[in-house]
Amino acid sequence: MSSTLLDAPAPPRQEIRRKRRPPYLPWLLLSAAMVLLGVLTGFPLVRLVVMSFQEYERAQLMGQPAEWVGFDNYATILTDVDGFWTVLARSFVLMVVLVVVTIVLGMLVALLMMRVGKGLRLLVSVGLLLAWAMPSLAATTVWGWLFDTQYGVVNNLLTKITGDRWFGYSWLLDPLSFFVIVTCIVVWGAVPFVAFTLYAGLTQIPEEVIEAAQLDGASAFQRFRLIQLPYVRSIVTVLVVLSMIWDLKLFTQVFVLQDIGGDRELTSTIGVYIYQMGMAQGHYGLASAIGVIFVFVMLAIAYPYVRRTLREEEL
Amino acid sequence: MIKIRKRFADTGFGVIAVFVFVLSAFPVYWMVSTSFLPNNRIRGENLAFFPTPDVFTLDNYRAAIFSPRAPFAPAVANSIGVTFLTLVIVLVVGFVAALALTRFQFKGRRTFIVLILVVQMIPGEAMIISMFRIIDGWQLLNTIIGLTLVYAAGVLPFTIWTLRGFVNGVPKELEEAAMIDGCSRAGAFWRVTFPLLAPGLVATGVFAFIQAWNEFVTALVIMQRPEAMTLPLWLRTFVQATQATNWGAVMAASVLIAIPAVIFFLIVQGRMTGGLVSGAVKG
Repeated sequence: MSSTLLDAPAPPRQEIRRKRRPPYLPWLLLSAAMVLLGVLTGFPLVRLVVMSFQEYERAQLMGQPAEWVGFDNYATILTDVDGFWTVLARSFVLMVVLVVVTIVLGMLVALLMMRVGKGLRLLVSVGLLLAWAMPSLAATTVWGWLFDTQYGVVNNLLTKITGDRWFGYSWLLDPLSFFVIVTCIVVWGAVPFVAFTLYAGLTQIPEEVIEAAQLDGASAFQRFRLIQLPYVRSIVTVLVVLSMIWDLKLFTQVFVLQDIGGDRELTSTIGVYIYQMGMAQGHYGLASAIGVIFVFVMLAIAYPYVRRTLREEEL
Repeated sequence: MIKIRKRFADTGFGVIAVFVFVLSAFPVYWMVSTSFLPNNRIRGENLAFFPTPDVFTLDNYRAAIFSPRAPFAPAVANSIGVTFLTLVIVLVVGFVAALALTRFQFKGRRTFIVLILVVQMIPGEAMIISMFRIIDGWQLLNTIIGLTLVYAAGVLPFTIWTLRGFVNGVPKELEEAAMIDGCSRAGAFWRVTFPLLAPGLVATGVFAFIQAWNEFVTALVIMQRPEAMTLPLWLRTFVQATQATNWGAVMAASVLIAIPAVIFFLIVQGRMTGGLVSGAVKG
């Protein structure tokens, strides 16, 4: 380090070297990523669009040439009120419920963490971390066990508390209570991220601001509505968009609960429906058309998030 | 008066906090507890709420690991193989890509970054059909390579995005200072920047690990043969049965899958919320 002064000619040499740096170097560094993404994301995307315009059934899988059918697949899908539209509506209603419950509960838990002492805060954090870290598949099996028809702890406790016999009550058979359990699993796993993020945001509000409001006689709710909420508003926006994306993509929880004992016809969400239509029933063309529609829906939801991120990164 | 009211409120919030803890921790506790209980204490109306020494058993783990329906050992091997390969590929490819995007100015850089961000928003669930056809066309169904390629492409955008943030966090001036002291450009990078990036690489790698380890949908489509199963598919076979589910074995299997994921998750959890908050509070 101390040789800086002695090596006076070094900087100019660097200047020269920098000029000679080949312009293709960054592209060389990007090439592996471009190949990987091009071949395994770009190509499947193109293939998806192509298949959505073809008649592609099991016969085509066996080697028969796929026939171009124009927009036939889309027409079939978009006029299928009992199938596609019901599934889409179901997915959206479920998504809205999940997002609202997750964000509201997450906010309440974050406020709770602000309010309680260090020890209790640590206790809450430990619980949240456990729920957050659980893989969604393991989480689904555990909740399936909690609500098991024969021996589930929920039925057991309900019997003890209410005095009625709950043993043998099936929670998964009825679509409504099926989705109540899906909501439990998803919200349980998603609240920690929301709560931790909001808590981190809330702690950045200067204490004086809150104190001043307190002195001015603002109630707890007023402080929340007029100070805390505006401060974390942009975090809430991001959390809402991310939750919308995650909850609309819901697959594992619904699919595995159906395995355990749900009615596939009445409980499928978009992702599961695509799987059923394509992989299980072999209507690859129709499933691809739904896939294309799904991609568009997703990109539309993600658009504000992408724009906001790009603006923030000052690109 | 106010003091008493505050103490009442404190107690109330304390009770709620404990309640939140119980609600969030109970399912995990119940999974672990059930996995150590014998069948007669799992089934029946007289539930055991903890595995006391007199009833404690490892039978469920035996039943899970030696399940005749789905072999455990190949599933572990497949999962480790796929996860490890995915990790290596995305770290190497993602790292050099992140370098290109942070340390160089070139035409097309912005476009590439936008692309990375948009690609992350494409739902993999939408593409399972075409992905299945393509992997099938390459004769890579039921192979670790096939699944790894799909995972690597899926995790890569996130990896590049995260590593880009980490590399940006190391000031260029540090490298330039080393270069003035006579280091070559590569040498300066290797000796100064790279060591500072190690925590970022670890964190990103752990994310990739968790993703690949937990992934279910793609594996379901690509690894259809029993011997090609990964651990999530193996776990699924336990609840898929037509006869009554052996919940003790299911919980033991769930514990086995969850342990690595939970441990790795706890290592990096601190980094997950930070990024979102730092930029967002500005309002």
